[in-house]
Amino acid sequence: MDRSRRSFIKSAGLGFLALGLPPSFLVRAAGAQQGNRGKVLIVVFQRGGMDGLNVVIPFKDRAYYTLRPSIAVAEPAAGEERAIDLDGYFALHPALAPLKNIYDKGHLAIVHAAGSPDNTRSHFDAQDYMEIGTPGIKSTPDGWLNRYLSEKRLSDSPFRGVAVSPQTPRMLTGTAPTLSLSSIEEFRLRNQSMGTKLQKLYTQSTDPLFRQGGNSLFDAMARLRAIESKVPPSLATYPVGRFGNGLKQIARLIKADVGLEIAFTEIEGWDTHVNEGGATGILANRLKEFGAGLAAFHLDLGDRLDDTVIVTMSEFGRTARENGNRGTDHGHANVMFVIGGRVRGGKVYGRWPGLAQEVLYEGRDLDLTTDYRTVCSEVFARHLAQRDAARIFPGFRAATFTGLLA
Amino acid sequence: MPLSQDQKVVHFLSRTSFGPTPEDVQKVTRLGIRAYLDEQLEPEKISDNTAEEKVAALKTMRLTSRELFELYPPPKVAQERGMMPSEMNAPRFVILELQQARLLRAVYSQRQLYEVVVDFWNNHFNIFAAKGADRWLTTAYERDTIRPHALGRFRDLLLATAQSPAMLFYLDNWLSVSPDGPMGRMPANARRRGLNENYAREIMELHTLGVDGGYNQQDVREVARCFTGWTLVRPRGDPEFRFEPRLHDQGAKTVLGTRIAAGGGIEDGMKVIDLLARHPSTAKFIATKLSRRLVADDPPPSLVNRVAESFRRSDGDIRTMIRTIVESPEFYSPEAYRAKVKKPLEYVASALRVTNAETQVTHQLLRYLGRMGEPLFLAQPPTGYPDVGASWVSPDMLLTRMNFAADLVGNRIDGARVQSTALRDTQQFVRVIAPDSLSSGTRAALAETEGLETLALLLAAPEFQRR
Repeated sequence: MDRSRRSFIKSAGLGFLALGLPPSFLVRAAGAQQGNRGKVLIVVFQRGGMDGLNVVIPFKDRAYYTLRPSIAVAEPAAGEERAIDLDGYFALHPALAPLKNIYDKGHLAIVHAAGSPDNTRSHFDAQDYMEIGTPGIKSTPDGWLNRYLSEKRLSDSPFRGVAVSPQTPRMLTGTAPTLSLSSIEEFRLRNQSMGTKLQKLYTQSTDPLFRQGGNSLFDAMARLRAIESKVPPSLATYPVGRFGNGLKQIARLIKADVGLEIAFTEIEGWDTHVNEGGATGILANRLKEFGAGLAAFHLDLGDRLDDTVIVTMSEFGRTARENGNRGTDHGHANVMFVIGGRVRGGKVYGRWPGLAQEVLYEGRDLDLTTDYRTVCSEVFARHLAQRDAARIFPGFRAATFTGLLA
Repeated sequence: MPLSQDQKVVHFLSRTSFGPTPEDVQKVTRLGIRAYLDEQLEPEKISDNTAEEKVAALKTMRLTSRELFELYPPPKVAQERGMMPSEMNAPRFVILELQQARLLRAVYSQRQLYEVVVDFWNNHFNIFAAKGADRWLTTAYERDTIRPHALGRFRDLLLATAQSPAMLFYLDNWLSVSPDGPMGRMPANARRRGLNENYAREIMELHTLGVDGGYNQQDVREVARCFTGWTLVRPRGDPEFRFEPRLHDQGAKTVLGTRIAAGGGIEDGMKVIDLLARHPSTAKFIATKLSRRLVADDPPPSLVNRVAESFRRSDGDIRTMIRTIVESPEFYSPEAYRAKVKKPLEYVASALRVTNAETQVTHQLLRYLGRMGEPLFLAQPPTGYPDVGASWVSPDMLLTRMNFAADLVGNRIDGARVQSTALRDTQQFVRVIAPDSLSSGTRAALAETEGLETLALLLAAPEFQRR
């Protein structure tokens, strides 16, 4: 990237800090010129291969109950442990009850039979493909979220792309600088006098990897201190754990107007080969955390929800038929959620391919009718005003959009 | 510029140990690299009292999986038996001691190369120690499966992992049964009702051939069929590998183009092990991963080919491969010098070693490793932890490293005591960690500090993040 400009903005930012002015002033200015101030895309990656068929349940597809004798979720009706009707054909898993209101408000759109078109059933490959955005082509060096950041330079904020995850995900890796953190409060050096020397050591290092790492670190620390005083921690109740905490940090960054454009977080534990459970059990427990987290985030954002779109995805779905261990093996198409204040929600999008044996993908999995890149291109075009997605998803062009964003 | 003699010694030690100490540097300088390597390649002949005593104080390290389950049962079982649940008898304690032992050995063992290789194989054949019964199985896995074969033959190591209760449980093979067999058809059998492909896929993708190693979905299925009946009895009692003919698919199979005749029984799985262990893709894959750990993130193809060749010629002898790597010109090339970023275990252990810190290993000490991104034995995906530098330098990981350095030298970490005399001679200290390799910036910063602050700064500096 353009280093002189970056360091100018950085030192200018620190200068404003000294004057007591928030550095976000710069970011606002830069963003306003480009005409989409404060728009944010958040990707939630569900690692492990979520069983979409038990998340948004096609209860009117008769094959569903035949294929899953011990793990199917009962169709909507009065009483406990039953799926929650969405449109007379699909229903939400009962552990996702907190999302029903959001769906009814029109803030949650669902795309079924969606995902990555490559047929790999390896977690590693499928995640990689989904993250680099070129299914089937491994040589792509960077992630598609990073390509967006490189393509569209709205500002030089160190918070343009933030991952709240144990390490920078492949999706956000590339030439545009990004940041990963676990929490705003803990992000500080304990020994300040050493800090000044280390800052010099790292930011002037001849070792590019550590110079770049040091630059982002010290820049980010200075700005996070400013956020702490400006935006108090949220009162919304997030579920305990890394996922809830991740969304909470992202909400605070959004409200602090620090120039966040792309955020990433993840939730693990979807690889339900054994004893997956139906309305209750292993999958239900993961969904409880997932749904509660998204609902808390939705509430926490308030009017900033209009500037925000959340997209959820998982590397593949799971076999239509349950396996020998009351679980499901690695499959193909899945379900995606899109949440936001301007999303045309309250609807299940995508063509339903059905679960009859003769239409199953490779004779075993839900077929794919919507490429996840179609959904993402639509979000880029209609939410982030990035109409040309050719650089972000090389070799791919969405034939038509689903219409989930106006 | 070719490496100086001092640099060669430090480079050799930083790749074959968890970080050079002044004593190591002296010893290698005296003996010569060749003789020292010979010694390290025969760890059974090196006495290791300090490390052994420290590990012996952790009582779970000696116990069988059955004993561990008895003494550290899950909360429900504890309740039924009227035990008072506490930190000290929870399953979590078993993993804690396992983590403590790993770090203690990394810091104190005289068999440094062996410990490096054990750590490598543990990651290659990763087990997530917090998955169900693996809480009681991983101790034995590390001790009885990985350690005995770490410098042996790859095929034996592969077979040992395939038959280990921990792996059978982690990748679900114990539950995989022939859908046509008597057990497969029995609806009453709650958990085992068909083929489970998980292990079959990962043994090829992650343990042997590599993802581009030339297998397809059909091979995954066929390998899964071969391994039906390779199961585990009493996972939460007295776990043991067993071949169960009633769960086995007796039909003929074809794996990677090789036909396996019907009725082979346990031999089907043995044939798969042999096929995979001797496959050219495996030689290449293992050569790449070992070279990546010992030389560079992107090891030179010339080296990888030579190591793969030495894998093939020695029938997968791990010692031979390591010798090929460490004695190669690529190993001592200027491109390889300081090319690796220390992963968190290497960073923490090297800091404790070079400061000669008196180490007890506590929760608090282990938490730093977690925040740097490497909670020991707790990599959830079967890939284990990544072995490339860029994975370890995100701002929060760097921040944790800097805070660790300050806390260690300031004696603010329970279980690690640094003497105030730890840094007597800065010049000598630098010769051990990065001879003639400090940047002018670091030299200038050091000139402005003194005493223990100099030490903290050295441990936090970019130079000490590499090996």
